[in-house]
This record gives sequence, C-alpha cells and structure tokens, in this order.
Amino acid sequence: MPAVSKGDGMRGLAVFISDIRNCKSKEAEIKRINKELANIRSKFKGDKALDGYSKKKYVCKLLFIFLLGHDIDFGHMEAVNLLSSNKYTEKQIGYLFISVLVNSNSELIRLINNAIKNDLSSRNPTFMCLALHCIANVGSREMAEAFASEIPRILVAGDTMDSVKQSAALCLLRLYKTSPDLVLMGEWTSRVVHLLNDQHMGVVTAAISLITCLSQKNPEEFKTCVSLAVSRLSRIVSSASTDLQDYTYYFVPAPWLSCKLLRLLQCYPPPEDGAVKGRLVECLETILNKAQEPPKSKKVQHSNAKNAILFEAISLIIHYDSEPNLLVRACNQLGQFLQHRETNLRYLALESMCTLASSEFSHEAVKTHIETVINALKTERDVSVRQRAADLLYAMCDRSNAKQIVAEMLSYLETADYSIREEMVLKVAILAEKYAVDYSWYVDTILNLIRIAGDYVSEEVWYRVIQIVINRDDVQGYAAKTVFEALQAPACHENMVKVGGYILGEFGNLIAGDPRSSPLVQFNLLHSKFHLCSVPTRALLLSAYIKFINLFPETKATIQEVLRCDSQIRNSDVELQQRAVEYLKLSSIASTDVLATVLEEMPPFPERESSILAKLKKKKGPGAVSVTELEDSKRESGELNGGGDTAAMASTPSPSADLLGIRSAAPIGSAPTSTGSLLVDVFSEAGPTAVNDDGFLRFVCKNNGVLFENQLLQIGIKSEYRQNLGRMYLFYGNKTSVQFASFTTTVSCPGELQSHILFLNVQTKLVEPLVEGGAQIQQVLNIECLADFSDAPLLNIKFRYGGALQNLTLKLPVTINKFFQPTEMTSHDFFQRWKQLSQPQQEAQKIFKANHSMDIEVLKAKLLGLGTALLDNVDPNPENYVCAGVIQTKSQQVGCLLRLEPNAQAQMYRLTLRCSKDSVSRRLCELLAQQF
Amino acid sequence: MQFMLLFSRQGKLRLQKWYVPLSDKEKKKITRELVQTILARKPKMCSFLEWRDLKVVYKRYASLYFCCAIEDQDNELITLEIIHRYVELLDKYFGSVCELDIIFNFEKAYFILDEFLLGGEAQETSKKNVLKAIEQADLLQESQAEDWGSLTNEDLL
Repeated sequence: MPAVSKGDGMRGLAVFISDIRNCKSKEAEIKRINKELANIRSKFKGDKALDGYSKKKYVCKLLFIFLLGHDIDFGHMEAVNLLSSNKYTEKQIGYLFISVLVNSNSELIRLINNAIKNDLSSRNPTFMCLALHCIANVGSREMAEAFASEIPRILVAGDTMDSVKQSAALCLLRLYKTSPDLVLMGEWTSRVVHLLNDQHMGVVTAAISLITCLSQKNPEEFKTCVSLAVSRLSRIVSSASTDLQDYTYYFVPAPWLSCKLLRLLQCYPPPEDGAVKGRLVECLETILNKAQEPPKSKKVQHSNAKNAILFEAISLIIHYDSEPNLLVRACNQLGQFLQHRETNLRYLALESMCTLASSEFSHEAVKTHIETVINALKTERDVSVRQRAADLLYAMCDRSNAKQIVAEMLSYLETADYSIREEMVLKVAILAEKYAVDYSWYVDTILNLIRIAGDYVSEEVWYRVIQIVINRDDVQGYAAKTVFEALQAPACHENMVKVGGYILGEFGNLIAGDPRSSPLVQFNLLHSKFHLCSVPTRALLLSAYIKFINLFPETKATIQEVLRCDSQIRNSDVELQQRAVEYLKLSSIASTDVLATVLEEMPPFPERESSILAKLKKKKGPGAVSVTELEDSKRESGELNGGGDTAAMASTPSPSADLLGIRSAAPIGSAPTSTGSLLVDVFSEAGPTAVNDDGFLRFVCKNNGVLFENQLLQIGIKSEYRQNLGRMYLFYGNKTSVQFASFTTTVSCPGELQSHILFLNVQTKLVEPLVEGGAQIQQVLNIECLADFSDAPLLNIKFRYGGALQNLTLKLPVTINKFFQPTEMTSHDFFQRWKQLSQPQQEAQKIFKANHSMDIEVLKAKLLGLGTALLDNVDPNPENYVCAGVIQTKSQQVGCLLRLEPNAQAQMYRLTLRCSKDSVSRRLCELLAQQF
Repeated sequence: MQFMLLFSRQGKLRLQKWYVPLSDKEKKKITRELVQTILARKPKMCSFLEWRDLKVVYKRYASLYFCCAIEDQDNELITLEIIHRYVELLDKYFGSVCELDIIFNFEKAYFILDEFLLGGEAQETSKKNVLKAIEQADLLQESQAEDWGSLTNEDLL
C-alpha cells in the first residue's frame, strides 16, 4: 500500500480503496461496494450527528464509488452541507462531489448557489477560487442566471487577486459557452480586452481564451484586441528563453500563450494599420527563422512546444492568404517535416499542407513535394497518416499531375485499408472526371476502379460514368469496346455488369462490326453473367436485351427465346416478370418504327454539379473537400479538354433507379413499373414543388382520406378542427417489403404564410427514422390559425428506399374554410347582412361549368363539408343554396355568406361570396369553384 | 478541450474530466469507445487521431494513458504538452508519481487539474504557481489536522 503522501490522509478511504483493489471478481467488488453503501447510508440516517470529517470521508467514498462507474443516488445533501463548512478540506471535497455529480434537482441547486454566493463574497481568495472552479465545472444555466452578472465584476476589479482573476476569466468563458444570452460584457468589454496587457502572464493566458471566444461571436466589439495581441506576441517572440522565468517551457518562452495569441489573430483579417501589420509579419518571420535554428534541447517537449507555435503561425499565414513570401516559406518548412522522423510531425505537416494546396500562392510549392507524399501513402505504417497523405494528394491534384496521382491512388487502393476505401474510390472518381483530358483515360480509370474496388463503388460513381459516356459521343465507341473487354474476365464485379449492360445496350452497335464482338457474342457475354446477378442488375440486363432487339434485329429470336422461358416470364420477382412479359410483347407486336421510337438512344443528361462530389461532401462534411473545390472546378472547367465543350463535364442527371428510362416504354399500355416511376432527383436541392394539386383540392370539403399514393408510399389523413385550432393525423404507410431508412418529414409555411398559420408540437411517433416494410407510422400536427391565409403549407418527406433518396413535397390540405363555425340565421337576418356586405371588394363571384354531377344530395354534402351552415328557406328560389359561417382566426373573426345558383340545363353554376374581409371572399371563391 | 481521460493499460478509467455537458450514458459510451481504440494502437503510431468530429491527442506514461479530445481548430502539439505539464505537476506533487498515487489520492489529482485547466482551457501554465496554490491548500488542512486526530479509530470503518 502506498504511503498517503501529503495533506490529510483519510485512512477509512484508503482502506476501502485497497479492499476494492483486492477484490478478485466483479461480483466481489459489487458486494464490497454495496456493503459500503449500506454503511454510509446508515451513518447519514443515524441519530448521531456526523462531524465534518466523517461527512467528508463518506462523501469522498461515494465519489470514489461513482467514479468506478456505479450509480449514486444519495449523499448530495451531505455534500452540500460540506460547502458551508469553514474547514477548507471539507469545503473542497464538497465542491468536488458537486462538480462531478451535478444533479439538476432544483432545490439542491438553490442551496449550492447559496454556498457559492457566500464563498464569492468571502474575500478569501482560496474560497473564491473553489467557488469559481465549481461554477466552471458545472456550468449549468441556473448558475449562469445566478452569477453571470457578478463574475465580470470580479474579473476586472482592481483589488482582485491574480489567481481569482484567472479562475473568473475561464469561469465566465464556460458560462458564455452554455448560456451566451446571459453573459453580457457591455461596459466591461474594453477592460477585459486590456487584460491582454496584464503584468501577470497567468492572467493573460486565462483571459485570452475568454477574449478569443467572445471575439469569434462579436468581432467588431473586440477588434481592439488585435493590436494588443500583436504587441504581446512580439514581446514574447523576441524575448530570450530565460526572460519569462517559469512561463518558459523547455527553453520555449510562453508556448501556450503564444499559440493562443496566434489563434486569436485568426479571428480577424490582417491588421489594417501598417505598423501593426509590419510588426506581426516580423513575428511570423522570426517564428519561421527559429524553426531553422538548432534546437536548444533534445527533449521532445522542446520541439513540440516550438513546433506548436510554428504550426499555429502557419495557420495564421494560411488564414491571411495574402503574403506569398510567407506562404512559400511555410510550405518549405512543412516540406522538411514530411520527412521528419517524428510521426506526429509528418502527420501534422500533411494535414497543414492540405490547406496550403488550396492557396493560389502556394499551390505550386506544395506540388513539388508530390514524390514524398506518394511515398508516404505507400510506406507509412499508421493508417491515419496514410489517410492524410491521400487527402493531400487529392488537394494538390491538378491537370498537370492528375494522371500520376490517379494512378498512384488506384494502385494504393489494391491494398488500402477497408476503412478508407470508399472515400478513396470517390476521390479517384472525382479527380478522373475533373481532370480528364481525354475521355478514354476517364473510362479506363473508372472501369479500373470497379475492377479493383467494385464493392466500394457506390451507385453514384457508376451512374456518373454512364452519364458522361451518353453525353459525349466521341467516347462511346471506346467505352463499348473497353467494357466488352472487361466483361471477358471470368469473374467480374456486378457493378461492371451493370455498366456493361447499359453501355452495350446503348452503344453495342458501335463495335458490332468486328466479328469478335458481333451482336450475338455481345449478347451471350452479357447473358453469361445474368444468373449470378442480383434482381436490380437482372432488371437492367433485361432492358439491355430489349434494346438489343432494336439495335440488332438478328438477335430477336434468341432474345425472345430467353424472355419466353419460365425463369423469366414466371419469375417470382414481380419486377423481373413484368419486364419479361412487357418486353416480349413489345418485341412481338410493335412495328420496327414503334420499336425504334420507344427504344431510342438515351438523350443527353442535363448538367448539374457532380453527384459524386456532393456525396463526398456529405460524407466528410464541408471541410473534407478542399475549401476551394468549387472555385477550382470553375477555374478548371473553362479549359477542360481544351475544346471548351464543358457541358458534359459539369453534368449530373437525375439518376433514376432505372437508367434505361422504362417510362418511355409506357405507350404499350402498362402501368409504369415500380422502379420506372421512381424518377426522383437524388441530388437536386431545388425548391420544393408540390406534386398533389388534385389531391389537395379533394380535401376542401372533407377531412379524411388518402392524400397521396405512389408505388412506395401511401399517406392517409384524418383531421379535426375546432374554432381556430386543428389537429391533423398523418399516416405514412410503406407499401413495399423493404425498409425506408432516414425517414424524415418537415412542415413548412412558405412566404408570409408563416405568420398566418402556426404548427404547434409537430409530433411524430418516430423513435427511429425507419419505416419497416408494410408498416405504417403516424404523425400528429397541431395547427393554429393566426390570421386568414391563401397558400397551402407544404409537407416535405424524405427517405431512403434501397440506395436512393426519395424526396417528396405535398401541399397539406389546410384551407381557410377549415376554421368555419356554422351560423344559423333566418331569411331576414341573412339578407340584412348580405346588404351590409355590399362593398364591391367584399364580394367575389364566379360562373363556371359543372365538373361533377349536379345531384342535390352530393351538393348538400359538399356544402356541409365546407363547414358552413346550410340555410333552408332563405333564398326565394328553392333551387339555390345559401350558407353562412364565421371563420375563426386568432386575430379576428370573418363573417361569410355564400350563395350557389345551379343551372341544371346549362350545367353551369354561379357562386357568390360576401365576406367581411375581401381576401377571404376571393380565396373561398377560388377553392369552391373547383369543387362542383 | 472537451474532455480528458486517464486510463490504465488494462482499460481501467482512473480520472475523467468533462468540459462539455453530456449524460452519464454518453460519457460511458465515449469512454468505452476511446479506450478501446487507443489501446488497440501500436506504440510508434501517431499521437493524434480523428474521432467523430473531434481530434484526439493521447500519450502513454508508464502504465497510464492520458487522452484529450480537442476541437478542430485546437493545436495538437500544444495539447500534448498540456498532458506533459499535468504529468509533471503530478510528479512534483506526489514525488515520482505512479498509478497507485492517482488511485489512492484521486481527489488530489482532480484538485491539481482544476488549478491547471479550467473549463477546458489552460488557467495557469507556470508549474511553480500551480503547486504553490495546491500547497497552500494543503497547509490549510494540516493546520486543521488536530481537530480530527482523535477520531482515527472510527476512521477504519
């Protein structure tokens, strides 16, 4: 057992810890702990009042038990009692317990805050620090409420001890991070900034963290810190290693403070004041110079501290991105580190160079290190370093070195760690496309990619190669030939079969002249892979076959034979069966002309941002793709291929699940097949357009029914309204047998609708964003009508089905008439009010042709469904209908009167509305004119 | 800095300090995941790794691993030296610190850390000043020691 070295040994605690350590099994440990807990509980509950020391000891034991990973549900009160002890050690343990085991029990927080308040006002610096540490450790909102206004005062007061200032600064920082709204610097701002000038280095070190955080949020208010930071930095950088006494760390003067100063400066653009800027540039040069000096110590701490400052300085140089000289020097320095024996330095140099590569001033300088980086990719033993090397290669790639870099990445892929393969594949695909000078190289690269790492080639990648081949007729023949050769391999990846099937189906004719790749040879080659493939690939192959029939009439008999066999035409998979049946029928009854039209070559895909790039960005977050990626592609695309034909390069189509566009086969009279109808744009972020105008109108006069239905999804609706409130239940049914993943729904009110309808507590019963195959989930929307409105709120639904993202926007059938309260009235009253609403804009009228049957009962049901009272014996003409109601919104009530005059002979209606608000008359008239 | 963990080669957590609010469940999950990841790494590997959206900086001292999670813009090398300075402080205080010192005097390890780092940022980087603060506190308690001297028998419970 070790000697308890200093301070107060709590022997009971030491004995307990030894006991725990001697426990041979988890069970024994738990038994010992339970015994201890029982003991402590009885002590706390016992009649005899515990003295401070015992209380401290037991609280400390509880803390130890908690830190072992066990739950502690008592002892908080005793810990709080310790806070008000006047013995330092008891207070200290009390605070430690509170810091580690905060409980949001509000009663307790009040007591804790009271104790803290007492200690803060005690003027005893040790107690004040303990209290500040506790606030900084807990950092709860309640504490911010209680102390956020007090602490700035302590921080800047002239008579506050340095150690208290240090704690106060960081305590305030913590509160600012949790509750920025409660920490108001206002009048203190300038005095806080001037802490950068404080005599005491410790105070500056603590205060600068606070200032940096505040500057990030309010740069304008804190901008005076720039010149102060520069002069402080300059003093440190130029000081001899012994000047700063204990703030010198392994011969490096104040490394922590230097890093923080450089970090603070990164919150701002380069200083405008020439003198300040000159001084700063001098500092940065000195730091770069020092890196070249021989080390003052062989200890790693010395070089780490020195290099920490150097890397922070380089970050600042990159942040400014305006000093070509410094950028190039930084790059050369990093270049030296690339071959350093310290793995840590090589890692950081690769990482830092990645950002340098995107600066126009240093891009070329970074490129000179290509061989070293390639070597790192091949030889580094740590995968995280290899990952950095791959990132850097990607960042330094341009037209001049693309072939080399892509080739190296491809060869690395053969042995790459599984964890980084998918990302590598995306990067290769992007570089190959972005810097393709000739498209045969591009096609070769992607096919190699599929060959080497087929499993990691996502749909986006193989969609992309097809889009590009389709859009560029100069590469189609080459693509057909290459893919045909690739398919000769005895084992080839299914993704290769997909690309092969698609390309030969479109462009097989371009190589059919060669007897070695005659139509039948092509067909037999594809069909030899058929039975090993998954359903989606087989579906794609079937489409390729029908395209073959069109391209090569001589294959018709063979292919029809294949389609006709039981394994196709009676396939248990509905999709495959349907395709086989339809294609067989199509090929037997359609004339050559019809066939040629239906199976025409795919039109070029529309241009858009590369979907692969989008995927990489999504995968790694915005920082992953180099910052200037987009500018880069702009810059590069202008000169691509030297031909100026950039349309094809920048394009991304909507990758429908069925690339052959089964929809074009619709004329043969079948419903679109399921995959065919899913022509969804996976990557488009265009504004939402609702797809259910008809569906929406059906709900004007009714509250329940099916809002939307397609091959995948059915959305049912049930709603009820009272006064200006409504509740809508949405039922999302998965019609497929496959799970919908990442299922999310959002309701939005476009434009000024926001201030007219309020959606409250949008609740979904989605614990997980999944909808299992065949399952239905429910969502409840609570609605409040604030003012009258005309537009419909939108419901956006996103989910993944198979690999593809489905994105659907629907109009929610919340219309103004839902908030009607029916009003019964006599004929006399009705006409009196009718006359009162006689201003021209209060009336809206429409004469329109009947769209539906003019059956009386149907009409009545619709008018009742509208929400108004249907008044009998009001209109002198019994054929006419009159209704009255009041629309309830939060801000006002709108009285409405309606008259509908049918003319059965002419099959026409005249609809007249008079409302106390003209916008309501117009909207109701619009909505109703489409109901009858 | 978001948190600091100290754990043994056997994966036993010896100290945990969290500078961001997290639930106990989340803390346990993070600890489990990180301890596993770091223990699986080989000696000569780089001291930094990307983990979720944080950077993890770790270093092994004898049987103990010191591990800090920092944010994207934080400096890895200076964080390594934060770890080293903390080890120096422990070493100076305990006199050649070993894992057992930290186990038996865990509260001291926390107190020293609080003097050095607060809210995840360096509060006082001077070794002398940190130790002075701790020693002052120790003096305060020694002067109070006689108050409980007579209670040592019950203490064994």
